[in-house]
Amino acid sequence: MLLNVGPSHPAMHGVIRLIMELDGEKIKGVDVEIGYLHRAFEKMCETVMYAQCFPYTDRLNYVSPLINNVGFALTVEKLLGIDIPDRAKYIRVIMSEISRVTDHLTCVGASAMEMGAMSAFLYMIKAREFLYELVEEITGARLTISYVRIGGVKADLTEGFVDKAFKKIADVRKVLIETDELLTRNRIFFDRMKDTGKISAQDAIAYGITGPFLRSTGVSYDVRRAQPYLIYDRLDFEVPVGSKGDNLDRYFVRMAEMEQSLRIIEQCLAQIPDGQVSADLTGCVIAANQMVDSAKMGRTEELIEDEVTLDPTLQGSTRKYYEGINANKKDVVLPAKEDTYGNIEGLMNHFKLVMYGHGIRPPMGEVYFPVEGANGELGFYIVSDGRDLPWRVRVHPPCFAIMAALPKCLIGGMMADLIPTFGSVNMIAGELDR
Amino acid sequence: MTPLERIQEHFSTQIIEVHAFRGDETAVIRPSSLRPMAKFLKETPELDFNFLMDLTAVDHLFYAGGRVQKEFRFEVVYHFFSLKFNHRIRLKVLVDEKSPEVDTLVDFWPAANWYEREVWDMFGIRFKGHPNLKRMLMYEEFKGHALRKDYPFNKRQPLIGPKDV
Repeated sequence: MLLNVGPSHPAMHGVIRLIMELDGEKIKGVDVEIGYLHRAFEKMCETVMYAQCFPYTDRLNYVSPLINNVGFALTVEKLLGIDIPDRAKYIRVIMSEISRVTDHLTCVGASAMEMGAMSAFLYMIKAREFLYELVEEITGARLTISYVRIGGVKADLTEGFVDKAFKKIADVRKVLIETDELLTRNRIFFDRMKDTGKISAQDAIAYGITGPFLRSTGVSYDVRRAQPYLIYDRLDFEVPVGSKGDNLDRYFVRMAEMEQSLRIIEQCLAQIPDGQVSADLTGCVIAANQMVDSAKMGRTEELIEDEVTLDPTLQGSTRKYYEGINANKKDVVLPAKEDTYGNIEGLMNHFKLVMYGHGIRPPMGEVYFPVEGANGELGFYIVSDGRDLPWRVRVHPPCFAIMAALPKCLIGGMMADLIPTFGSVNMIAGELDR
Repeated sequence: MTPLERIQEHFSTQIIEVHAFRGDETAVIRPSSLRPMAKFLKETPELDFNFLMDLTAVDHLFYAGGRVQKEFRFEVVYHFFSLKFNHRIRLKVLVDEKSPEVDTLVDFWPAANWYEREVWDMFGIRFKGHPNLKRMLMYEEFKGHALRKDYPFNKRQPLIGPKDV
């Protein structure tokens, strides 16, 4: 019997169509059809300047957008050959790991919900909310964040962030223990996950699978460990691996990885170079619109001479913070807003970077840079012809390889195993179809 | 000895150009030497490239920057990775416009299956010997190949109705 599942099916998060050949309840063949969420990411990136690609990268893996931002920024920085300040590296790692936890929480929670464990899902979404609050505080957004910039990040950590983050991490840990108790020894969950959706390590490697999916088969490959980027080589964390490559192992690997990510965040918060973020600033807060107005009227003296605190909604921190989190490169990084509004050099610098036909111009060449995304190796391949628009932007989406191997996991199993297997794959249509 | 030096030694006449821009070792080759070289990369114990990490293509129509081989419009780009030695290499295969065709690598790396379908879909480059060369992201009725540089980014095509299974 042929059975069509999707593209829009209540038991599947994300639009994808599976055409299954069934014999009774046994799956004999699967044809995976993707592309329902194709938004021409790669084509659109060729039409905009490098810095304008960030909003598009947010929409790749929309459960952990910060990792996409970081990956793209690191690739362009490799192309430009620049280094960024340590503080910015720490901030990027903190944000990446927060995103990794939110991604795993969503994956585990959603697959538990599809197997009827509604309360576990709600607990995990609650924990995700704690982390989203942290993200919101720093970036001002929750989903489509566009926080990372080429050469740094948009804004520094807010005052009191470190204490708040420690508190939230403790809260998330509590939830993880709670859900672990709810799920791991739950007969229904355990039996449905165990020995379903199996894949061998050889097959996983042959299909180019990376991330938790590969690690569940016992292969210890993590980009953060194998080719450390940012400051991952200074951090102490483990790479959890499974042994059998079934759904249960993938669940265990994800749960263990969340704990490791929380450890990484704690270490970063403890190690982060004590930048100016805790310094006591004297000076009045100037709202964005007031600043623009006074600059338009030519009242720029106070902006040059005095230390002002900016409205947090204005992109970029106060000049004093700004240097700690951005590379000191005038041809890449936007000037601080006091300079843009306060003096002619800053204004020119600003427009040289944002106007069409100007912008960041990397040298001619091509680079590939992999980072560890929540689902596996997320790599960007950028070809530059020396102009302000990228000639070619290619993203290597981790779940593409996994979806190609999905028939391997499903064939021979039962129809009902589709749900836990598909859940543990953590397919994100935005990144799969681009 | 880096992987690039090793293949240079073994395939000295077939490599058109090499570079290591920002540390990414790259070899440019012709389609005819792709399969022998892929076999060499996979089966030499000192290289052991067991991952085909990424496969894509680049269209160089209207390309302003300098290039050695101007008569070839496309490049098919392969990124290989070795888990054991933790090294990477990039192969670029030059493809001309008249008969855009490259040999498939599905029998070496099953991962190539979907990647090659995507390159066919987006660039119209055929893969000889591919078991199922259908479009990947677009639908069968779609006309043209969207990532070619002569395909306008704002071009619209009519919607098609639902299909039967």
